[in-house]
Amino acid sequence: MSVRRYWQMLVAPLDGPLFGFSVLLLILATVALASAAPERLSAHWLNLGVALAVMRIVAQVPPQRLMHIALPIYVLGLLLLIAVALFGDVSKGARRWLSLGFMRIQPSELMKIAMPLMLAWYFQKREGLLVWRDWFIATLLLVMPVALIARQPDLGTAVLVFAAGFYVIFLAGLSWKVMLGLLGLAAAAAPFAWNLLHDYQRQRVLMLLDPQQDPLGKGFHIIQSMIAIGSGGLFGKGWGQGTQSQLDFIPERHTDFIFAVWSEEFGLTGNAALLILYLLLIGRGLQIALAAPTLFTRLLAGALTLIFFTYAFVNMGMVSGILPVVGVPLPFVSYGGTALVTLGIAMGILMSIQKNRMLVQK
Amino acid sequence: MRIKDAQEGLEQFNRRIASAGGLVIVCFVLLFGRFFWLQVIQHDYYKTRAEDNRISLVPIVPNRGLIVDRNGEVLARNYSAYTLEITPSQVSDLEATIDALAEFITIEPKDRKRFRKLMEESKRFESLPIRTRLTDEEVAKFIARRYRFRGVDIKARLFRQYPKGAFASHVLGYIGRVTDRDLERIAENDQEANYRGTDYFGKSGLEQHYEFELHGQTGFEQVEVDAGGRAVRTLSRVAPVPGNNLTLTLDAKLQEVAEQAFGDRRGALIAIEPSTGGVLALVSVPNYDPNLFVDGISAADWQALNEAADKPMVNRALNGAYPPGSTFKPFMALAALHYGKRRPEQAIMDPGGFNFGGHFFRDDKKGGHGMVDMYKSIVVSCDTYYYLLANDMGIDAIAAFMGPLGLGSKTGIDIEGESEGVLPSPAWKKKRFKKPEQQKWYAGETISIGIGQGYNAYTPIQLAQAVATLANDGVMFRPHLVKYITDTKTGEKRFIEPQPIRKLPWKQEHIDVIKRAMIGVTKEGTGARAFAGAEYVAAGKTGTAQVFSYKGAEHKTETMKAQLRDHALFIAFAPADQPKIALAVLVENGGFGAQAAAPIARQVLDYYLLGKLPKGMAPTDEAAVEADPE
Repeated sequence: MSVRRYWQMLVAPLDGPLFGFSVLLLILATVALASAAPERLSAHWLNLGVALAVMRIVAQVPPQRLMHIALPIYVLGLLLLIAVALFGDVSKGARRWLSLGFMRIQPSELMKIAMPLMLAWYFQKREGLLVWRDWFIATLLLVMPVALIARQPDLGTAVLVFAAGFYVIFLAGLSWKVMLGLLGLAAAAAPFAWNLLHDYQRQRVLMLLDPQQDPLGKGFHIIQSMIAIGSGGLFGKGWGQGTQSQLDFIPERHTDFIFAVWSEEFGLTGNAALLILYLLLIGRGLQIALAAPTLFTRLLAGALTLIFFTYAFVNMGMVSGILPVVGVPLPFVSYGGTALVTLGIAMGILMSIQKNRMLVQK
Repeated sequence: MRIKDAQEGLEQFNRRIASAGGLVIVCFVLLFGRFFWLQVIQHDYYKTRAEDNRISLVPIVPNRGLIVDRNGEVLARNYSAYTLEITPSQVSDLEATIDALAEFITIEPKDRKRFRKLMEESKRFESLPIRTRLTDEEVAKFIARRYRFRGVDIKARLFRQYPKGAFASHVLGYIGRVTDRDLERIAENDQEANYRGTDYFGKSGLEQHYEFELHGQTGFEQVEVDAGGRAVRTLSRVAPVPGNNLTLTLDAKLQEVAEQAFGDRRGALIAIEPSTGGVLALVSVPNYDPNLFVDGISAADWQALNEAADKPMVNRALNGAYPPGSTFKPFMALAALHYGKRRPEQAIMDPGGFNFGGHFFRDDKKGGHGMVDMYKSIVVSCDTYYYLLANDMGIDAIAAFMGPLGLGSKTGIDIEGESEGVLPSPAWKKKRFKKPEQQKWYAGETISIGIGQGYNAYTPIQLAQAVATLANDGVMFRPHLVKYITDTKTGEKRFIEPQPIRKLPWKQEHIDVIKRAMIGVTKEGTGARAFAGAEYVAAGKTGTAQVFSYKGAEHKTETMKAQLRDHALFIAFAPADQPKIALAVLVENGGFGAQAAAPIARQVLDYYLLGKLPKGMAPTDEAAVEADPE
């Protein structure tokens, strides 16, 4: 009884199911991290605390207020991206960070949230008045930051930010015909895009087609993570027993490739559990989107949920060798403070939308 | 109408969400199918592959690049030696294993200590050395008993060697085990993969500055290992590429002459080729032996080096900041001409000092030098002349002239951690002190600045660069130690182009006045004794810098007196009409520059210009061997 009451107090401003699924995923992340990189656990606890606090705080912010900040945040993000392009720090050949003296920030991370906010706000403003020009403006709002991020170059983030914005446009009802037409256009433009890619990016794509061609170099990682997954079998080798992970064959085994560790140690059973958990969380998100009271909240909730799905799909796809290796973390599971905070904000927004729906209806 | 639109919009949105939900399910089914394929259908294949992963990828560490002097004499090389190594993860009882090994191989407590430290730093499946540099006998003994020791093996590893021992150690620097800070630098340079298997990293000197040139490219060997973790056969191999070789502008023999000329005194000497900025010799004595660091310096050695009273680890040439004393005067005189504050023939009457605001600034010659013009002021090193000059010029003009000459700022030589020294000015003082009453610049302070005392503090390399710039008629070069880098892959030589920093706006006639006076110093002035009988014309200036106080430093009584003695300085270039070499010498607590520093410069110049070796020094190594009676 009293435990139940404590739980209710804790979860009061949050959405029960969404919070529950998130916490389950975070527990699972901790289990995987304790095996992959136990020395990072203490930092991990701190990240968790910050992410949950952010989630709770954002969950208190009513959607009307989000509407007010959508445009300023987007403009700020865009300006920061331009600043990065002009005088960002170069590290490993990419210009992604802006040095503030005391800390370095990566404005493309901000865009992951700012983009759906902005577009949802725009469609809300034009609700019922949409003409073809609005679709064009929305596309322009989407393409500008994406182009800046792709130029850094940070292909992984560019894809994610593009997806985030595209989902809003899709949910707002862009005609299927237009989308198919654009798809055809993109396919036709692919050869040109290929020429614009950096050498290492081309290599990554080629690696996907035939990882065996460079077994000692870049293809090595994908092969090793596929071995980890495959050798896990039905039930896995047991926690802390994965030879692939423990013997250092898995690259970045606590961040982008943590799924390989999970998969090796818990097998298909563990993977199924993970997939179901993700499905439940995504299902709840879509449910929130369906029930949301305004166009802004509907689009925002739908897009945030789908972007969460995209993270999960792209990461597991790349680790299991069906998608190219781009730097995308496994949501709530990969180690890393920035990604956790971004997800915390996204979940907080979803929760706020859900709670305020009920208030509005009353 | 609007309401119907909204209703329609909502329905469309719901349909879109439904399609998205469908997409999510399709994608997840696809993923599940992929996992099923890998984990159930292909499981046996991958299971075998995972076990085959005892097939491991072994990095082959490349040979570190050589460092040779301008004549090809090797100053840093590598040699291969056998090490006894243990892979901790494959050994059940580590202590028992080490004890068993110790029965026939010498393993000292310090070896065990170092091994435990290595274990903390590294990963379990790595093979770590417990003993380095095994003798052939020890190797044979182990091979005979090898079957008893699972997870123990003998490997050949490369070690760095500095064949000349404690020689030019502040130039060469040393290497040490890779630390977390080094790992950061490796990550910043995107070299993580290339440093797999690398144990050592340059910590100071050229070894540090050119680390990524010297390292080379790591090779890889795919080897099959048996259940005991031993390599059974090689499956494939990518050969390592040795690091690039550095050829220095430094002349090892000249460096040796210079180092020996110091005897057991402390100090620094930098000799520069004025027309390129190439460093011919860079001495900071006492030296230390960089070989001590090669496979981990022992705690006792480290403590001894760090706590030694004469501080051998300090690079005096780059990090010691000293008042320049009278070596400052030629530059002051040049400034006077430049700003039109003095004409060369303009003379003052030196009564033996200068009275300013109730304080008497003394000249070192009692009764004074009489009538002193600019030539004489440099030749006899007349203080009074410069007290008056500094007072006339003012501190701002002095600072404005000396700054562009590189005094008080880093020269940018290719060794890290250089100090800036102090170019005094009212702005500097304001920044340096906190209390307002300390921040004010007093006119009296300008006066001692004029003779290179007061707040003046420059590193010996700044003085060398300044005198080289003067020798070079105002064209200033960045000092550098590496002449070219040889790419071992292509054999291509990459020359480090001399980098002129700036051309100072001095009039040639002014420069010539100063040069004539500096020639006078070695002919008839304070440097005449040291340069008696020289077969070339040298230009120089002696200096003696007062050691004011040793605030905060504790000194033993017996060393106290020596520590308070003045620093001796000398700057010079030769031949005076077409300078091939410019140098600055500093002897800590050496007393008068004329007595302690100028003779060192003479030996260095004699060797560089005439090939003449000081007495008691073997002509060349080859000749020494020939002379050896059999």
